[in-house]
Amino acid sequence: MKLSGAQILINSLIKENVDVIFGIPGGYLLPVLDKLYDCKEIQFLLTRHEQGAAHAADGYARATGKVGVCMVTSGPGATNIVTGLATANFDSIPIVAITGQVNTNMIGNDAFQEADLTGISRSITKHNYLVKDVKDLARIIKEAFYIASTGRPGPVLIDLPKDVTLQEMDFNYPKKVNLRSYNPTYTGHPGQIKRAAALISESRRPVIYAGGGVIISGAEKELKELAEKNGIPVTTTLTGLGGFPETHPLSLKMLGMHGSAYANFAIMDSDLIIAVGSRFDDRVTGKIDEFAPDAKVIHIDIDPSSISKNVKVDIPIVGDCRSVLSDLNKKMNKKPNTNAWLKQIDGWKKTHPLTYRDDNKLRPQYIIEELNKLTEGKAIIATEVGQHQMWAALFYQHIKPRTFLTSGGLGTMGYGFPAAMGAQVGNPDKLVFDIAGDGSIQMNIQELATVAEYKIPVKILILNNSCLGMVRQWQELFYDKRYQSTPLKNPDFVKIAEGYGVKGIKVTKKQDVTKALKEAIKTAGPVLIDFHVEGEENVFPMVAPGNAINKMMGGLA
Amino acid sequence: MSNKLKKHIVSVLVENKFGVLAHISSLFSARGFNIDSLAVGETEDPTISRMTIVVTGDDRTLEQVDKQLNKLIDVIRVDDLTKRGFVDRELLLFKIEGDSNLKAALGKFKAEILNENRGMMLVQFCGSKKETEELFNGLKGYEIKEMVRTGKIAIAKDKE
Repeated sequence: MKLSGAQILINSLIKENVDVIFGIPGGYLLPVLDKLYDCKEIQFLLTRHEQGAAHAADGYARATGKVGVCMVTSGPGATNIVTGLATANFDSIPIVAITGQVNTNMIGNDAFQEADLTGISRSITKHNYLVKDVKDLARIIKEAFYIASTGRPGPVLIDLPKDVTLQEMDFNYPKKVNLRSYNPTYTGHPGQIKRAAALISESRRPVIYAGGGVIISGAEKELKELAEKNGIPVTTTLTGLGGFPETHPLSLKMLGMHGSAYANFAIMDSDLIIAVGSRFDDRVTGKIDEFAPDAKVIHIDIDPSSISKNVKVDIPIVGDCRSVLSDLNKKMNKKPNTNAWLKQIDGWKKTHPLTYRDDNKLRPQYIIEELNKLTEGKAIIATEVGQHQMWAALFYQHIKPRTFLTSGGLGTMGYGFPAAMGAQVGNPDKLVFDIAGDGSIQMNIQELATVAEYKIPVKILILNNSCLGMVRQWQELFYDKRYQSTPLKNPDFVKIAEGYGVKGIKVTKKQDVTKALKEAIKTAGPVLIDFHVEGEENVFPMVAPGNAINKMMGGLA
Repeated sequence: MSNKLKKHIVSVLVENKFGVLAHISSLFSARGFNIDSLAVGETEDPTISRMTIVVTGDDRTLEQVDKQLNKLIDVIRVDDLTKRGFVDRELLLFKIEGDSNLKAALGKFKAEILNENRGMMLVQFCGSKKETEELFNGLKGYEIKEMVRTGKIAIAKDKE
């Protein structure tokens, strides 16, 4: 029986076990929408802005490990997901984005709501397709899901002209993908793994530097084994948080510009860095010429282009983090002598603990600590970008993978709320919070309508300091307190929430924090809490840009 | 690793599909790699095209060129021919005005006159970089009026 392209699309998505599509309709999607009307297996979750749909698909993917799907119309609908694609691409998140397109015979004619999305998205997707014929559609969808979720994952865009959704064709969903040009390496080279094991055994001051790759590959168990059996401390990147439990004595917490002092001291003084699924980002290394001068480097990554990009690597191992670590654990037959090293690190932990001025004022760090206590570190936390993001990274204890969702590479304000929404849809029984700033939350605040409509019980915690805090902090520290365009005149967020039918709570005093958090947790639906925190609070420790990462500022660091 | 800038001839096998050339050229601009020349054509297998890209960079840049190209889904294989024995050629078509001396010079360099119109010769020349340079040296004193070049194509000498 012949099916229309629209029906083939939906049947293919069902074959890929898609249960939710985040998106917004539009003219060129009408044939698809009409077929979705009768589809029981897939929910079309209507967001209020296409950017929200893309971030929701991203949050869904990060929290569940599955591919997130978003669908928007051509032209402005499609250009609105560009930031979402770039965010997912930077952090290696599997998304399939379907964009409506004008009829194939109109492409290039400046038709109504036309935009060249394959052109626009080329450098911010892992791959993209323009479907020109319905006979290619099922194969392209199969390939898109395969490419998005394998190797170094990433977003794949399928640009789908309206006439293709109306053409008819027999439906046969391919069983296998046949791509001669795409064969990611999963197993590490045994010789390299042997050499790495020998180098680890000989090291005295090793550090494991774990990134998002640990979480993507599900390598937390293997990572813990490598660390515990060999007495090696572990620091994680921002996107690696949750890859190693921060309650563990070997945890150094996060490193880098706003990392813990002891993580930065340790990596700078190390004689061996074991980088696992991380890419030596400039926010991690600080001044690259002075980074870890005595350290040899073992770099495990599935993406060969991440290796030797920023630092010289002694033993590169291309492969899936989980597979390589598992093989490496088997090859480790001599534990390195790290006793003195661990003692030195414990000393740094005592002399340079992660702390803040805890007085009777309402300080943002206190809110995060209270949230951590109440949820026992088990909630899913999404963040926006800025000071609140760093406080959430530093003062929440991250113990499980796929529970900290943040835009690490691109640094997208407005990411957290829709991402939390997507994460909640994928995990209906878990507690999901968006830790936000008063600047960031306003970048996708329209999604309050979505959480209200679908009763998605996300809790939004705004750490409201009435400014764009991270930029303000830099202005204070490096620009003579000349606060150009950073103070914010904010609306009444509680009223905004209530306007959308979402419960709103305002907190201005420290003693009301716990009560408000408890009330939010108890509430079945979405809640927004507007915390009016100390406006002058800064994120410390901090490494000034251009400095080596052991040169930290801030009296409490 | 050397920080010295060198010219490399990179041979890239790609799927012969719509949009692949755009993907590759956009990668070069997004990553800040400089292309000196790029030539594309079908191979013995019509589903595969070969691109010969001449790119200037240090060792680290070339390593990234290789890895980033390999990362593209439609790229099948990347070879830095500069590391192997190879033969390269470039085709030139140009118009030049001159006398019988010029004709003799062109003959010496195995350049072929395709057309002659009132003293204006349309010339075809194919050669390696060195041969092309020698031709230009030999033609000094004559003015080339219009020229078009294909960019270099190259192939490895070994069997594989």
